[in-house]
Amino acid sequence: MLQEESDLSLIIAQIVQKLKGSSLYAQLERQAWASLQRPEIKLESLKEDIKEFFKISGWEKKLQNAVYSELSVFPLPSHPAAPPEHLKEPLVYMRKAQGSWEKRILKSLNSMCTELSIPLARKRPVGEQKELLNKWNEMGTDEPDLSLFRPVYAPKDFLEVLINLRNPNYENGDSLSFRTHLGLIQVPLKVKDIPELKECFVELGLNTGQLGIDDSTQVPPELFENEHVRIGQKVLAEQDSAAAQQYIRQGSPTALRAELWALILNISSQPEDILYYEQLKTNVIQHDLLVDSLIYKDVKLTASNDDYYFVFEDYLYQVLLCFSRDTSVLSHFAYNSASPPKSYIRGKLGLEEYAVFYPPNGVIPFHGFSMYVAPLCFLYHEPSKLYQIFREMYVRFFFRLHSISSHPSGIVSLCLLFETLLQTYLPQLFYHLREIGAQPLRISFKWMVRAFSGYLATDQLLLLWDRILGYNSLEILAVLAAAVFAFRAVNLMEVTSLAAAEAVLADLSTLKVMPLLQIFLFATVT
Amino acid sequence: MAGKVKWVTDIEKSVLINNFEKRGWVQVTENEDWNFYWMSVQTIRNVFSVETGYRLSDDQIVNHFPNHYELTRKDLMVKNIKRYRKELEKEGSPLAEKDENGKYLYLDFVPVTYMLPADYNLFVEEFRKSPSSTWIMKPCGKAQGKGIFLINKLSQIKKWSRDSKTSSYKLGFCRFCTVKYTPSTSELDNMFVHLTNVAIQKHGEDYNHIHGGKWTVSNLRLYLESTRGREVTSKLFDEIHWIIVQSLKAVAPLSLQPVMNNDKHCFECYGYDIIIDDKLKPWLIEVNASPSLTSSTANDRILKYNLINDTLNIAVPNGEIPDCKWNKSPPKEVLGNYEILYDEELAQGDGADRELRSRSGQSLGPKAGRSRDSGRTVLTTWK
Repeated sequence: MLQEESDLSLIIAQIVQKLKGSSLYAQLERQAWASLQRPEIKLESLKEDIKEFFKISGWEKKLQNAVYSELSVFPLPSHPAAPPEHLKEPLVYMRKAQGSWEKRILKSLNSMCTELSIPLARKRPVGEQKELLNKWNEMGTDEPDLSLFRPVYAPKDFLEVLINLRNPNYENGDSLSFRTHLGLIQVPLKVKDIPELKECFVELGLNTGQLGIDDSTQVPPELFENEHVRIGQKVLAEQDSAAAQQYIRQGSPTALRAELWALILNISSQPEDILYYEQLKTNVIQHDLLVDSLIYKDVKLTASNDDYYFVFEDYLYQVLLCFSRDTSVLSHFAYNSASPPKSYIRGKLGLEEYAVFYPPNGVIPFHGFSMYVAPLCFLYHEPSKLYQIFREMYVRFFFRLHSISSHPSGIVSLCLLFETLLQTYLPQLFYHLREIGAQPLRISFKWMVRAFSGYLATDQLLLLWDRILGYNSLEILAVLAAAVFAFRAVNLMEVTSLAAAEAVLADLSTLKVMPLLQIFLFATVT
Repeated sequence: MAGKVKWVTDIEKSVLINNFEKRGWVQVTENEDWNFYWMSVQTIRNVFSVETGYRLSDDQIVNHFPNHYELTRKDLMVKNIKRYRKELEKEGSPLAEKDENGKYLYLDFVPVTYMLPADYNLFVEEFRKSPSSTWIMKPCGKAQGKGIFLINKLSQIKKWSRDSKTSSYKLGFCRFCTVKYTPSTSELDNMFVHLTNVAIQKHGEDYNHIHGGKWTVSNLRLYLESTRGREVTSKLFDEIHWIIVQSLKAVAPLSLQPVMNNDKHCFECYGYDIIIDDKLKPWLIEVNASPSLTSSTANDRILKYNLINDTLNIAVPNGEIPDCKWNKSPPKEVLGNYEILYDEELAQGDGADRELRSRSGQSLGPKAGRSRDSGRTVLTTWK
């Protein structure tokens, strides 16, 4: 009992500490001072009266949302004596693997830099600055020569690293048994099985209405859709983050989605946020970074060729170029197993005072990175809002998809969850694919790393991301990947090569996500 | 005795031929006994011309109306719609209501258009009222964007030949023209900027072969609903359907002088070009009688194949030899991606329009975008 209490007070203390520095705190203070003018605030009962005022005016709700946001993002503190690395990643071997992977990436970046004789960063001459400012809204029409640039790494490179992960404390033994894991991932992390997933995703059950299923044209809207929309509007009126998160587990109506996501992520476009974005834009104008070319290349290779997202090309530059320069992103490395790459001012190698993070936000983009932003363009057409939403999505979810960690939503766990689900519930299929040299993970990895962006139709993707927000977890990506294999199992059983298996699974654009998930979790005999 | 449907075509396109073959229909030549002829616009003129034409028998269907040009020629379309509006006004119909500025409330969907040289003086007057706007000069009867050019100075009119026609738009095209639209005069000569006809776009340097600069209607709908809300989006699409229905009514044989022969042997698939301005109001630019059946991307091919498939299911029900005396509404299962916008029988019967939402996927763009909406008419329901 005592332990729980002290845990709770520790958490409270940490959250208070965090919020004290936020603009919300300043606003609450201002509001409290201003409220003294009000007649209902009496000196004798000052504290209660101000609290009451906050409740009525909606400020308490804002505070609640902020606290909720902190709880969702920051992991609970473990032992008070635990060093900060443990918050990033408790397992040593994972930390080591992440460290060497980072070294490789940085080496690749540096060698590209030297090869092409391009500095990592340079100040733009005034003429170039003016030009860029003029075409800020149409950078997509630019055709810089990107032929010499190549992405720093692609998902399949990352997969190879994960395949080679080993826990030095784990002795597998040489003999194969029924417990041997047949997949590519060979680390013993705990993953959920279907009964546990059913408990976890209870709102996706057969008896609960879902958007993505119960709003199809054959179903009369009075049965579910109308009421669900009404509740959604109510949730938005109340401006309650926690309620929104619960609500969105059943899917979000298209018209309410932008606001609901903003509410859940606790994003409200304050003037200072818009100013901050403008400041980032100024940084982009003034300095050119090598990663900018990587971003350009990535957008040109991926989003520009996508049926759904090519129209948003300009937005993608406006978001990603600013993102690279946003040092506030560095704070997420406190709970990310990755660390930002360090670079040194020329001639001062090794001197910590001259160390800078490169890029300024510490995130080196890889092939397909821009696809994290693309679907959001369907929801937000105002660049600073789009930016805020993307940044929050990144520091809450997306970073886990390309860093090595033991977190249940980390990519390693997702891969293991996927393989385990397949091996346990579709053993014949798994075995067959393995025999023909088509390890399922080799096909599904790219889906999960991109959170299915670019593979599903946009409306389906948004329904999927609704659930990521609703459950504050990425596990649903692994479940969906397994469900897709289950759905195409008959065709897959007939293929005899990796290439043929890839072909069967090449086009996911016609899939309906929610029925697949529901059938896999709730309607398959286990 | 139920034989196989015999088909002829003078358009060698795989999306057509594959559809015929999958139904097990038999290809014949024009001179033989045929049931189904998918003909180009030139051929239909011959079939129905006074000198060389011939009567179609009850088991023959063609894919154009004899005087479809009343709708598909820009000048005639404008003329017919203007006439239709005046008729409604004369009848005192509520549809022809005007606002305090004299603009039609419900029937103002054709941008200001002048026929030159006949309306030259009126055009000049209008031009001078807003001298900074740009006008499209489009020659009549020329398809696929050939011969079109733009002007923003009266002196540029010297370029055009006789009988060309202008229509105005005071809006920008959306950026799907792969070169960014700029109002600067130097760009006016750049044809690629303004025309989204794929026929011209294909030769621009930035043309992308994967998506062809096209965005589907469903994507547009998702985007608009997400960013502007459901009411605004539904209103836009309702207005687009309204335009389609009204334009067809304008040429339909409702009045005493029927403009378009309602020949029971005919069906037609029209391509509607609609521009959406920045206030989300749709404007009808033109209607095409021969929407391109050439596929520029893989998605395009699938889309057009399905379109022809659905069309044939409706026009030639059950894949049987057509009988023009048969006149029932197509059952719901057969419609595919078509939805009935207007059923005249029902309309005249119980006075209610059956206007359902329609779905189709064709090229489109957000904000002042150019849309190729596959206009569909289930003409077998017209009396």
